[in-house]
Amino acid sequence: MNKKNIQRQGKPGVLSILGRLLKFMFKYYKVQLVVVAICITLNSMAAISSSIFLKVIISNVIEPGIAGGWESVKTKLYSIIALMAGVYVVGLICSFVYNRLMAYVTQGFLYHMRRDMFEKMQSLPIRYFDTHTHGDVMSCYTNDTDAIRQMISQSLPQAYASFVAMITLIVTMLSMSIWLTLVVFVGVVAMLMVTKTIGGKSAKHFIKQQMSIGRSEGFVEEMMNGQKVIKVFCHEEQSKRDFDAINDQLFKDAEKANSYGNILMPMLGNIGYALYVVVAIIGGVFVLYNVPNLSLTGLSKAGVEMGVIISFLNMSRQFSFNIGQVSSQVNSVVMATAGAGRIFELLDQVPETDEGYVTLVNAKEDGDGNLCESEERTGIWAWKHPHKAEGTVTYQRLTGDIELNEVDFGYVENKIVLHDVTIHANKGQKIAFVGATGAGKTTITNLINRFYDIADGKIRYDGININKIKKGDLRRSLGIVLQDTNLFTGTIMDNIRYGRLDATDEECIAAAKLANAHDFITRLPSGYSTMLTGDGANLSQGQKQLLSIARAAVADAPVMILDEATSSIDTRTEALVQQGMDRLMEGRTVFIIAHRLSTVQNSDVIIVLDHGRIIEKGSHEELIALKGQYYQLYTGAFELE
Amino acid sequence: MLKKLARSIREFKLSSILSPLFVTLEVAMECIIPLYMVTMLDSIQEDNSLKNIIVNGVILLLLAGFALLFGILSGKFAATASTGFARNLRKDMYYRVQGFSFSNIDKFSTSSLVTRMTTDVANVQMAYMMIIRIAFRAPIMLVFSLIMAFVLNPKIAWIFLILIPILAIGLFLMFRLVDPIFNRVFKKYDAMNASIQENIKGIRVVKSYVRDEYENEKFAKTADNVRWEFLKGEKIIAFANPLMQFCMWSAILLICFLGTMFGVKNGVDNSSQISSLIVYATQILSSLMMLNMVMIMISISKTSAKRIVEVLEEESDLHNPENPIYEVKDGSVRFEDVDFKYDIKADRRALKGVNLDIKSGETVGILGGTGSSKTSLVNLIPRLYDATNGHVYVGGVNVKDYDLDALRNQVAVVLQKNVLFSGTIKENLRWGNPHASDEELERVCRLAQAHEFIMGFPEKYDTYIEQGGSNVSGGQKQRLCIARALLKKPKILILDDSTSAVDTKTDALIRTAFKEDIPDTTKFIIAQRVASVQDADKIIVMDGGSVADIGTHDELLARNAIYQEVYYSQNKANSSEEGVDGE
Repeated sequence: MNKKNIQRQGKPGVLSILGRLLKFMFKYYKVQLVVVAICITLNSMAAISSSIFLKVIISNVIEPGIAGGWESVKTKLYSIIALMAGVYVVGLICSFVYNRLMAYVTQGFLYHMRRDMFEKMQSLPIRYFDTHTHGDVMSCYTNDTDAIRQMISQSLPQAYASFVAMITLIVTMLSMSIWLTLVVFVGVVAMLMVTKTIGGKSAKHFIKQQMSIGRSEGFVEEMMNGQKVIKVFCHEEQSKRDFDAINDQLFKDAEKANSYGNILMPMLGNIGYALYVVVAIIGGVFVLYNVPNLSLTGLSKAGVEMGVIISFLNMSRQFSFNIGQVSSQVNSVVMATAGAGRIFELLDQVPETDEGYVTLVNAKEDGDGNLCESEERTGIWAWKHPHKAEGTVTYQRLTGDIELNEVDFGYVENKIVLHDVTIHANKGQKIAFVGATGAGKTTITNLINRFYDIADGKIRYDGININKIKKGDLRRSLGIVLQDTNLFTGTIMDNIRYGRLDATDEECIAAAKLANAHDFITRLPSGYSTMLTGDGANLSQGQKQLLSIARAAVADAPVMILDEATSSIDTRTEALVQQGMDRLMEGRTVFIIAHRLSTVQNSDVIIVLDHGRIIEKGSHEELIALKGQYYQLYTGAFELE
Repeated sequence: MLKKLARSIREFKLSSILSPLFVTLEVAMECIIPLYMVTMLDSIQEDNSLKNIIVNGVILLLLAGFALLFGILSGKFAATASTGFARNLRKDMYYRVQGFSFSNIDKFSTSSLVTRMTTDVANVQMAYMMIIRIAFRAPIMLVFSLIMAFVLNPKIAWIFLILIPILAIGLFLMFRLVDPIFNRVFKKYDAMNASIQENIKGIRVVKSYVRDEYENEKFAKTADNVRWEFLKGEKIIAFANPLMQFCMWSAILLICFLGTMFGVKNGVDNSSQISSLIVYATQILSSLMMLNMVMIMISISKTSAKRIVEVLEEESDLHNPENPIYEVKDGSVRFEDVDFKYDIKADRRALKGVNLDIKSGETVGILGGTGSSKTSLVNLIPRLYDATNGHVYVGGVNVKDYDLDALRNQVAVVLQKNVLFSGTIKENLRWGNPHASDEELERVCRLAQAHEFIMGFPEKYDTYIEQGGSNVSGGQKQRLCIARALLKKPKILILDDSTSAVDTKTDALIRTAFKEDIPDTTKFIIAQRVASVQDADKIIVMDGGSVADIGTHDELLARNAIYQEVYYSQNKANSSEEGVDGE
């Protein structure tokens, strides 16, 4: 939590984010990017060269030609045109190369960034997903990535090209006439000021618009979701009125934002035209009074040549065009850096740490009855302890004895939600958790598989502190059936096999049979090859539960954590689910979050939780005799949820 | 389709016309400036005087000033027209949806309606703005510039007649090649994002089964695929810039060469002409590029427009009768040979030949498995759907003869998938009756057994309910929804599996309260638990869309197999509970 706060405070600026993006790109595409930069530079210079050539033609061909006739300048013109053509061909080749390379770099960059994000995401603790909504995480992959793509593929090359063009233009202009360059500069300053004021106002209103959009989206989503309720309460007119207010506000904000956005380009463009005119006027005045021309090559008494003025007209157009180009990219750069900032925030998250060293292996007994590691699945599992000091390895048989000792836990520091929890599950015992919503049932199971780490106390698995067990191996030894079934896009067979990737089709089918899922699967037109999409949208809630039981069954873990579903499924399916769960529990240590009295009754130990404390603990008979909370709950005076 | 969309422009017609008008004027100015510039430059060369410079300069500056003014005006009007159009589109869609019947609502998913009203409208707004500005600007610019170029020097301007088709055809071909590729790629891209979403949602499963490596590999494959597919399209797009530059530079090269040659041969210094022709070349070719952009934008928004029109064209299939009846006499309900299909064309009938006769004030329980059409049955009573065949009567009158609002105000349904809205508890309850006093709110909450837990909240009745009621438990939400429905003081109350998350004892208290406090209201109770309907006056057992049996608990337990099965499966586990109760 602290670390996060520090990160928040030191929000990195636009430049540091841009720098990091470039660094990221350079990591993979150093050579390509250097080539791209060279090509853009050459291409941009080729584009500017027309102004220089124009001046050369005017002063070296047209002016002497008019005096000396066509024949005297013919060859000169040919050679200038040939040179021009040569420059343009180089420019075109460069243009093609960099456009092609940039497409490659952009897609490659996005690919690497997506993978980095995804891999980082897989490594993050569950806590991260508790504190960030799915929508927020998703928008890193969609909106933010799109914004970055836009920037990398267009804005950055564009801005760089414009930058090169402007530098080239400035040098060229200075070499022709410092006076006229100053005139152009005045125009440029005016354009920059316009960009700053209008652009600033536009940005302000765009932020307002964004907020309005968010509000109206939220409203529309809520109302569309409750549309049937609106109908049964005849609430349509009220709902229209509410919507109108929000919609009109959005219109007002959008109109303002877009107005400012729309006038920026015409303003810049037409200031460019004004500048074009002013250059002509001042040039004319210079010619009129034969003002000595000052350029980088020195002061010339001859005054400003006509060729220089015409070439300047051209260059002032090019200059304002490039400023327009840069200004029009500002919004996209701002949006992309904001997006990149969010992506880097994800990439900077601290992954789940794993300091465990005890691993889970398949084991078999050798001739002397000692445990040793086995390559294949034997049905016997063992904990493998490496001892660093002696360099030896010992094996300990997995039995499934789990003990929580005086465990305290809080999702947030200083706010303990579980107090002093002590539970001992012997091998093969069934432990049921009972209590109201928020009593801490799910929290306890999340501690056993280390979705969260405890604040105080000890959890031991076969006598081993679970902190010493590698997280992956700890979780592999625990089978879990959650209330939210979460199936994945793929066939039914794929989904069952998710439990154990090397399971054969036969093993998956056997698991489906055990889970009572086989019957309904075979009744589907494509059977086990039925494609599931959208979290199994084409299945009923009960069928999804059967599949998630089958998935756990194929994993065949020695300890099970089960979360019974509360949602109402019809009585027949419920019986099937119940039976599947019962079979899954056989011969295993089981922790079950119970919602059905029948499940509770058949448990070895019932733990009654209230506000994060164990208030009663014992077998069904013991607790009934106690006549405490459990008794009340059992007689239905308490919500079981 | 366009006609339907255009109907939403309404009060923004004027802005929609003014914007292209001013664009035209702006373009005219922008095209005259280079032409007039030639006059000015020639006068500097031939007849240079301060007066000439000032006169020509002022004229040119005025032209630029007007161009600026017109540009600003057209931008402003385009903003008003397009955002206003978007506002009307959203409004029209929203109003349309408010008029939807249940079967209309079933057709569109919530998320698709939200996308249509947000992203799709934004796309259309963008396209509309481009159309009224750039789609006008570009061709006008092209034509004006071309005319001016010919005015200036037809002996050179002919080169545009070659270059324009080259660029146009090149861009068009590119567009044709790329369009199908991107259509395909975007589907893959969507699929990739869907799989990420799936991963986020199922992150606990991923971690429980330690499948991070597996998921990473799977994702790497998908992402790689998306990358190369995108690249295929972008490789083609990479030709656009060089092609544009090729045409541009060819134009400059030819203008320089031909201009110089003609000038020198004729002994005229035409350098100003050359300069202006280059400006026209830029304007002509860049308008072609802009047109191409507009084409792409329109093609992107075409799908969006189609999806919007789908909503606008969706006709509600329920209508108020011509001379509606406003008064519901009593809470009696009668079904006469009712058949019902969700879709007229479907083969499957959700209800088959249902006949019922319920007296006012009776309590009716409804039991049956998933898909036995319990919900379909009750939904016909407040005319949320119309029966396909047969008739439904409420208070002795055919439901189709009532005013819809009047009927639904007397028949309160607590839907299975119920929703609370963001707002205080009071605000939520007053959906049932906006004028209800605080005492009335408390009365219905006591009936629904909600008063006690509400008083347990620090803010009591002013407690803010988050969107979707996420800050109250399932059982509490259901009780609030019941209270909200009771506030209507309906003659018929329908509870569609509305107490599934409420504990048995509270469930029983609610039923007792109903019996004592609203005895005249007809009550329909759909439930999974036999206990919830056991003491009803009548229990309807539904099976596959038909009424399998009607009777009291004792009658059904004696004769109906389905009822027996449900009863015994639930009471095997609970048998000892009854024992405890009896102590």
